[in-house]
Amino acid sequence: MAAVPTFPDSAEPLQPGPPGPRPAVRVRGLRMAYGTHEVLSGVDFDVRQGEVVCLLGPNGAGKTTTIEVLEGFRLPSAGTVEVLGADPARGDDAWRARIGVVLQSWRDHPRWTPRRLLSYLGGYYTPWSTPDRTRPWDVEDLLATVGLTEEADRKIATLSGGRRRRLDVAVGLIGRPELLFLDEPTAGFDPQARRDFHDLVHRLSDLEGTSILLTTHDLGEAERLADRILILTDGRIVADGSAAALTRQVAGSSEVRWVRDGEQFVHATDEIVPFVRRLLEQHGDELTDLEVRRADLEDTYIAMVQRFESRPQRHLAEVAR
Amino acid sequence: MSASRQAVRQGLRRGWTEFVQSLRSAQDQGFYLFIGVVTLAVLWFNRDNEVGETGLLYPTFALPSILGGLVTFGLVIGPGYSLAMEREDGTLLRHKALPHGMEGYVTGQLTLQSLTLLPSLLVVLVPSLLLFDGVMPGGAGSWLAVLGLIVLGMLATMPWGMVLGSVVPGVQKMGTWGMLPVLLITAISGIFVPIQAMWGWVQAVAQVFPVYWIGLGLRSAFLPPEAVVGELGDSWRTGPMLLVLGAWAVAGLLVAPRVLRRMARRQSGSTVEAARETALQWVR
Repeated sequence: MAAVPTFPDSAEPLQPGPPGPRPAVRVRGLRMAYGTHEVLSGVDFDVRQGEVVCLLGPNGAGKTTTIEVLEGFRLPSAGTVEVLGADPARGDDAWRARIGVVLQSWRDHPRWTPRRLLSYLGGYYTPWSTPDRTRPWDVEDLLATVGLTEEADRKIATLSGGRRRRLDVAVGLIGRPELLFLDEPTAGFDPQARRDFHDLVHRLSDLEGTSILLTTHDLGEAERLADRILILTDGRIVADGSAAALTRQVAGSSEVRWVRDGEQFVHATDEIVPFVRRLLEQHGDELTDLEVRRADLEDTYIAMVQRFESRPQRHLAEVAR
Repeated sequence: MSASRQAVRQGLRRGWTEFVQSLRSAQDQGFYLFIGVVTLAVLWFNRDNEVGETGLLYPTFALPSILGGLVTFGLVIGPGYSLAMEREDGTLLRHKALPHGMEGYVTGQLTLQSLTLLPSLLVVLVPSLLLFDGVMPGGAGSWLAVLGLIVLGMLATMPWGMVLGSVVPGVQKMGTWGMLPVLLITAISGIFVPIQAMWGWVQAVAQVFPVYWIGLGLRSAFLPPEAVVGELGDSWRTGPMLLVLGAWAVAGLLVAPRVLRRMARRQSGSTVEAARETALQWVR
């Protein structure tokens, strides 16, 4: 998907939606304020059906608040939010049955076993089973899918942090949701668990057609998982596009380092080939080392966040408070 | 409404599962044992003392009162702690994310707390019947009355336990918000000591709360008719007793759903996270 990154400076006016199915999530002008402190100041984005969208941003940028509004757990101060065609604040139980939420569990259900808990929670979904989406997800199958078969009959209190997170993911999936929300799903995962989780997300999106919105701090994860990345900073979306498109967008996206006469030089450029050619023509054999590094998503992210966080009016506002 | 019925069924299943898990847990067995041993010790050491001018032995007077105290204590503090705990650890939030989840959760909580009452009453009642003579002179009719009164007592107290668990700021505050007031009220309600031993105004305060009335009701079912001379006004006051407990039950059933709904509306991942932070930081 080659989405063009956009940098909205103000809330876009409501445009007629693109042809095709309705987006799974549609957010326009979402604002959230606690007293005088504004956490979200006009957030706009869509999640199309079957799309995996990653919400990135520094701590306190409003990621969790955004997700909680979409889950219907929190009322926004202003703006229109549509999740699977309904306002989450008024979403009924039929709507709730189509949505999966992966929560950060802590110490709930210590005496239950994963198998018993999943089978119990799954029971709530039986009335919502449809011919093309049988609910709930078969417990044995789900346990195998998240890699918990061996621990299925152990007390949850005895599971390690990583296993517990797998259980959290399984709980979010038990109702075979059409739309899944994950708030930092891989916090506390070891590399193997992380890879397994990424495979699972791909499978969900490819085989089940599940639309997924997740937040993360891990840029590599965002790059690997997301069809589209949203960067949330300072209460607004400052970038929206695929990882590749975002990376291209940032000026000076590549870095050339060289050593001449034992001295180090660094230069940022977009035009790698002409620059390196000139460099070689000018200095020839004097160059003893040359390294070209293309900017990755991390550089892009840092650049974006810095650009938008260091806007002068923000600093004034900070001082005034 | 089949989805709603399914949720209630899930709640019953949840309550039963948690009850069985509790019976199998050494921690909870220890708790039941503690209640049983302490109560029986109090009764045993006072087994030859006569209460006032009734001519009754202490265990005969105190056993029905203590059962009443256990009903109140278990059904106010039990759900209070459970709810406060499960608000913090995310159990409630999980149910909020389910279709009809809150209905299931509340059903589960009511089922569990009702079932839990059984072992905590039995550990006191069964040994007492074996150890002390004449604690239950009545027959099947009296037992039926006991059962009915316990159910009425549950209705009068359990909703308030749910309210307590919904409004208490956190588990750490349950001591001051829950235990302390309930223990104080129990202490003045004629459970261990006849209420006449209190000052007049304390007696008046005690009679506002359901504890005294549940104790009185159970004494009227357990004790022989002539024991009525040990009560205030030489009467079992059955009418006022049913009225006061009924009023607490109706008020509780009206208030609790509203408070629960309000509390549930405020639950989110951030509140659970904040509770976790608080729990990790006891000293501040």
